[in-house]
Amino acid sequence: MKDKLALTGNEAVAHAMRQINPDVVAAYPITPQTEIVMAFSQFVADGVVDTETIPVESEHSAMSACVGASASGARTMTATCSQGLALMWEIVYIASSLRLPIVMPVVNRALSAPINIHCDHSDSMGARDSGWIQMYCESGQEAYESTLLAVRIAEDENILLPVMVCLDGFITSHAVERIELLEDKVVKGWIGEKKTRYSLLDVDNAVTYGPLDLQDYYFEHKRQEAEAMRKAYSVIPGIVNKFQKIIGKKYDYLEKYKMDGANLAVLALGSTCGTAKTTVDRLRAKGIKAGMVKLRFFRPFPAKELVDALSKAKAVAILDRSDTFSNRGGPAFNEIRSAFYEKKDKPFVVNYIYGLGGRDINVEDIEKVYTDLGKILKQKKVGTLVNYLGVRE
Amino acid sequence: MKEKGWREIPIAGLIVEAGNAQQYKTGDWRTFKPVRDVERCTNCLNCWVYCPDSSILVAEEKMTGFDYDHCKGCGICAEICPVKCIEMVKE
Repeated sequence: MKDKLALTGNEAVAHAMRQINPDVVAAYPITPQTEIVMAFSQFVADGVVDTETIPVESEHSAMSACVGASASGARTMTATCSQGLALMWEIVYIASSLRLPIVMPVVNRALSAPINIHCDHSDSMGARDSGWIQMYCESGQEAYESTLLAVRIAEDENILLPVMVCLDGFITSHAVERIELLEDKVVKGWIGEKKTRYSLLDVDNAVTYGPLDLQDYYFEHKRQEAEAMRKAYSVIPGIVNKFQKIIGKKYDYLEKYKMDGANLAVLALGSTCGTAKTTVDRLRAKGIKAGMVKLRFFRPFPAKELVDALSKAKAVAILDRSDTFSNRGGPAFNEIRSAFYEKKDKPFVVNYIYGLGGRDINVEDIEKVYTDLGKILKQKKVGTLVNYLGVRE
Repeated sequence: MKEKGWREIPIAGLIVEAGNAQQYKTGDWRTFKPVRDVERCTNCLNCWVYCPDSSILVAEEKMTGFDYDHCKGCGICAEICPVKCIEMVKE
């Protein structure tokens, strides 16, 4: 029997953490993530979890404490966003390079300056090359379930990489949804006992984490890290299949929405996918062959799945909630467009950067994107490759 | 020692065996090596006392030579030697 509760996205994540009952949580509060730490601290204070919480003085210390805890074999979690993620930057790379299966919800928020507390994906997208697995969630329900899935992915002995579970600041984190929670014992069974091969606390099998590694071996260790992400790509579908037996939903790399016979397609990450689905419904009702694809995992990057899903469309718009400031569009756009390079018959691919600093995106905005795609199809060329959707000229 | 490929080594640069620094020959960092004039050496063992790398070899209270696998050529032994019987020679 599933529990149904009215929870914010943050509370849903805190409940996932309660059910996971991590050994250690070291976190520092930052808007809009604060509520996760707050709600979880209440669970600790109420004695419903056994977690050792470390109230650190900064995010740099939070991730440092997580690295130490995880290296000792503890199941370890934290949560952050925006400036907090930026501050923990150097340790973010150390966590993945030391192959520590830390799970970290990231409540996506814009980066300063100018200072802004609302949603965009600049924070986690900046960390796209840090060696962490990244999942993007459409809703609070998905944030809850993704957090449970993330533990198994991170700790899989063939992967051993940390995972960011990204949910949209305020839009998902503070909106109240009807959330279905699994039974505590089901979650307990799902995550199982944590296995640790090399523990700092195992004095009989002493191990050193993080020694100096120069020209002779550093490259080999980075090659291993690259292989871990390749392994993750092949192992995750199996874990997703097992998860499906518990939750009855399939957390594939992508979710395709009305892509059968779709000429025009939009791809998005996070909460915007819900808005895009509504847009597709409206356009389909008018007889327009619209579809959309939700990208759930940005790391490992599912290039093959993306090409398969989008190659039947004639024109595709990639919606990026962050910019690379490279003059060549957003991160999702660049990687998806590159994935099509070997494909002979490829659709027109165009980029829309939108929603920076929490700028609202509504159905009419996305309708405009489909209208543009229709024009591209008619003119048989992409006019402007990188467009800014919803900005005032 | 043949260097290993990425498939053969422990993950993440971990050292999974305690005390394996012993296998690491630091002697190849050296530019100058100490050479002793055996005739003039009085076996006072000041060099043994001062050597920061335990690279002065001693047997039966007599200085018998240098551990060139670990001597980094710092020259402290030559400096401290009261009879100046140790010379630093370029490798």
